[in-house]
Amino acid sequence: MDLQQILNLPEVQLILPVLQTVISILLMIFPLIICVAYLTYAERKVIGYMQLRVGPNRVGPFGLLQPFADALKLMFKEIALPKKSNKVVFLIAPLMVFVPAFLAWAVIPVNGNGALANINLGVLYLLAVSSLGVYGILMAGWASNSKYAFLAAVRSGAQMVSYEVSMGLTILSVILMAGSMNLSEIVLAQKDMWYAIPAFPMFVIFIISILAETNRAPFDLPEAEAELVAGYNVEYSSMPFALFFLGEYANMILMSAMAVLLFLGGWLPPVDVAWLNWIPGFVWFVVKVCAILFIFLWARAALPRFRYDQLMRLGWKVFLPFSLIWLVLTAFVLKFMS
Amino acid sequence: MADTQQKEVHVNEDFSLNFGPQHPAAHGVLRLVLDMDGEVIKRADPHIGLLHRGTEKLIENKTYVQALPYFDRFDYVSMMCQEHVWCLATEKLLGIEIPRRASYIRVLYSELTRIMNHLLWLGTHALDVGAMSMFLYCFKDRETIMDFYEEVSGARMHANYFRPGGVSKDLPKGLKTKIAEFIKDYDDKIDEFETILTNNPIWKQRTVDIGVVSAEEAIDMGFSGPMIRGSGLAWDLRKAQPYEVYDELEFDIPVGKNGDSYDRYLVRMEEMRQSVRLVKQCLEKMPKGAVKTQNFKVSPPKRDEMKSSMESMIHHFKYFTEGFHVPEGEVYVAVEAPKGETGVYLVSKGGPKPYRAKVRAPGFAHLQGLDKMSRGHMLADVVTIIGTQDIVFGEIDR
Repeated sequence: MDLQQILNLPEVQLILPVLQTVISILLMIFPLIICVAYLTYAERKVIGYMQLRVGPNRVGPFGLLQPFADALKLMFKEIALPKKSNKVVFLIAPLMVFVPAFLAWAVIPVNGNGALANINLGVLYLLAVSSLGVYGILMAGWASNSKYAFLAAVRSGAQMVSYEVSMGLTILSVILMAGSMNLSEIVLAQKDMWYAIPAFPMFVIFIISILAETNRAPFDLPEAEAELVAGYNVEYSSMPFALFFLGEYANMILMSAMAVLLFLGGWLPPVDVAWLNWIPGFVWFVVKVCAILFIFLWARAALPRFRYDQLMRLGWKVFLPFSLIWLVLTAFVLKFMS
Repeated sequence: MADTQQKEVHVNEDFSLNFGPQHPAAHGVLRLVLDMDGEVIKRADPHIGLLHRGTEKLIENKTYVQALPYFDRFDYVSMMCQEHVWCLATEKLLGIEIPRRASYIRVLYSELTRIMNHLLWLGTHALDVGAMSMFLYCFKDRETIMDFYEEVSGARMHANYFRPGGVSKDLPKGLKTKIAEFIKDYDDKIDEFETILTNNPIWKQRTVDIGVVSAEEAIDMGFSGPMIRGSGLAWDLRKAQPYEVYDELEFDIPVGKNGDSYDRYLVRMEEMRQSVRLVKQCLEKMPKGAVKTQNFKVSPPKRDEMKSSMESMIHHFKYFTEGFHVPEGEVYVAVEAPKGETGVYLVSKGGPKPYRAKVRAPGFAHLQGLDKMSRGHMLADVVTIIGTQDIVFGEIDR
């Protein structure tokens, strides 16, 4: 049998599309993991320079191999299971954080060719999947059977749920403006003007909300080192611990990508002129995501941490009413002005 | 929690949290048992003694000069101020005066130490509240001041530089210009620190009205230093009972208004500015002359004199073996250390060793106020309050 015959076998015909999907998923996930690795490196470098030091510079040229050294180190560590923990939940929890962070990437279009799955309810899918992460944290905190982890999990749960509300409302106003829930169409609707300009307050609220949603400074209460030692992952070691971190950083990239798609015109250049269009859309997308990620790192270097109740007040008493009013305003403007 | 689920459920049982002794915000080895209702503190019970080294007892078996290095290790972030109190107590019992140059050097280094202590406090306090970068900015300058320590004594932290009767050595050549250069624009540096925190809304939310102490409460609990000045009382031993040459130097005592963590923060920042002023004045006014008393019964004689003079040889031998004899008496001497009133109650029954030395550490009094200050606040505020008290366990446990 030659190759053609093999390919025509009914069994192979069945497996081939699956194989194709798996390969395209892997093509998405592996670069992403590399991105996560280098985000940790970028974080240490950026914050390092902001703090008058140089950051990692020993492993490889400019410390470029540092993320791999860290990963290797973590892999060779022992997985320590606390005696009184619920072992099954304890081990599932990091996966529950890790998987949704990557799952969401299925609908993210990185250039004009559409996403892995260009579904019409892309935004809803994103919201649904990204809110799954909180379960992992709650499970981790509960299963560790440690008071610090428990407190952190409670904080984290409350925080992520509250900020999802205002985040959802900001996204709703974008959906209203674009008239679609398909991420590619939302991006294309921004061809003339990025939504960050007409809906600037919403953009600001969205950026702050994603800081809170990903538990990053100044909203990093769940892992507030000074209060809760390390937070929900205090009992974790080795790869389970690494999974939490991979999940957190993948989430950061995901949320930045969301901000870029919803407010900064995705893969489109800032203005629609020919020479800017020569630069591939993918490059624009990456540059914009990096810019948002820089805000994440900048905030971490510059700002003190909120207190739990202040964070809740900000979420429920400031962001929620404001984004609700803005949503109604947007609806009115769209109805009567256009 | 996973396992307690099977046991019977206690209604309204307090959540008790063992905060420390291995905790990043415990500033050393504070073990704090917190009874909490959710995140709200109902009772904070500080346990001390984990760093107890029995120093006061050890001092009873040491000569007055040998006892000095122990004082570096009480409040191990403001070393020379602790040495100062021991030197002053010993000198008072001996009834000796020290040369003016020595006095100026002591004040110079006390104030540098104050800046150094406040830098560490600012860095760790900000780190506890979440502003990470502050920590590194502060430590960078702290390193420079430690270099000045090193130049003068050979050690970066536990200097052992002040001695009963003066200071151990004169300032090395060129040090004065180095300090002058460092201190020249330091006000601007402090302004720069303030731009990060003072008007930052998050910093204000986290510190304003946290750990409020009224002036009466502060007196009742025996607070001193910035902890009492933050509550509005201008109590500073440098003004109230001037020692060394503080009465010849110009400086102000900053006071707060509300007695909360934010006011104490402002007070300490202003104290750093005043210290900068004092350092500048010291450098300007410092006279020439000897740096230790010329009574060689209580201070080591010159090295070259020892080669030719029998008397110097004997002085040297007696000083470094038996130690000098201190007349009978008891005395309490206190200085305004960066953290508050650090005092030593010294009893001598004659002879080369003290009969009893009791150290009054400001942190001890402050820590007992922790429960009162943190009640009704949230867990994150306890961290702020520990930070604002500027606690160091070396001096509390001794």
